[in-house]
Amino acid sequence: MTLFNALFFAIAALIVASTALAVTRRNLVHAVIYLIFGFFGSAFLFYLFGAPFLAALMVIVYAGAIMILFLFIIMMLRVEAPEERLFPPRQLLPAVLFAAAYVVIGALLLVQDPSSAAVLPEARTEPAAFGRYIFTQSWLAVEIASLLLLVAMVGALLIGKRPAREREE
Amino acid sequence: MAVPFGYVLALAGIVVALGMVCAVARRNLIMILLGVEVMLNGAAIAFTGAALRWQQLEGQTFVLFIIAVAAAEVSLGLALIVYLYHRTGSLDPQDYQVLK
Repeated sequence: MTLFNALFFAIAALIVASTALAVTRRNLVHAVIYLIFGFFGSAFLFYLFGAPFLAALMVIVYAGAIMILFLFIIMMLRVEAPEERLFPPRQLLPAVLFAAAYVVIGALLLVQDPSSAAVLPEARTEPAAFGRYIFTQSWLAVEIASLLLLVAMVGALLIGKRPAREREE
Repeated sequence: MAVPFGYVLALAGIVVALGMVCAVARRNLIMILLGVEVMLNGAAIAFTGAALRWQQLEGQTFVLFIIAVAAAEVSLGLALIVYLYHRTGSLDPQDYQVLK
């Protein structure tokens, strides 16, 4: 058991535990805080997989910006949690059956696939090399993504603006 | 180092399944959006592991775009949620029954 192995299993346990806690919380603020820990775990995992730039992006964008946006909205809306019920009993049986079928098939695929037994190599992508790769190989996709962010910003502004009729009332 | 690639895929699958449970079973719009975020995170884990497994940078490039799409989706989704809350005063999807 090398240090890499121990780190991978520790991070995997951290991600699964904090995400499971986040999914089951009733208090929204607690859920978001647990999910921030889960995203930090993903950032560690990216760093372990040799992607330091993506790890930094994960912390800055996911844990930093997106989750704080959620926190702002939760605090702004002062929601009282609606009473949760998982599934009506009539839908529970098909849901469990389909989920079990997918779990079995996925596990069989993982066990049977020869490439899944291959051991991960150790490698590291320098951020400079990664940036050069992105801006030479997929510059068009970068432009499209920036356009998408612009569209999202304009759309959020448009939706956030109250309609004129409501403002007069 | 001896982590097989299948373990990474299994971890990504577990995270995606957790997000799917959150998106399907919860009755709060904010938790549904959080579930979608968790699913995107699971996909990003799988892509990064695959990038390491085959030593190709395409996987990491994809994760970059996943993060960009997640940011766009969350800003629009939260704006819609705030709008709906101001119109109906509720975050329960079952309360949205008026098509106007």
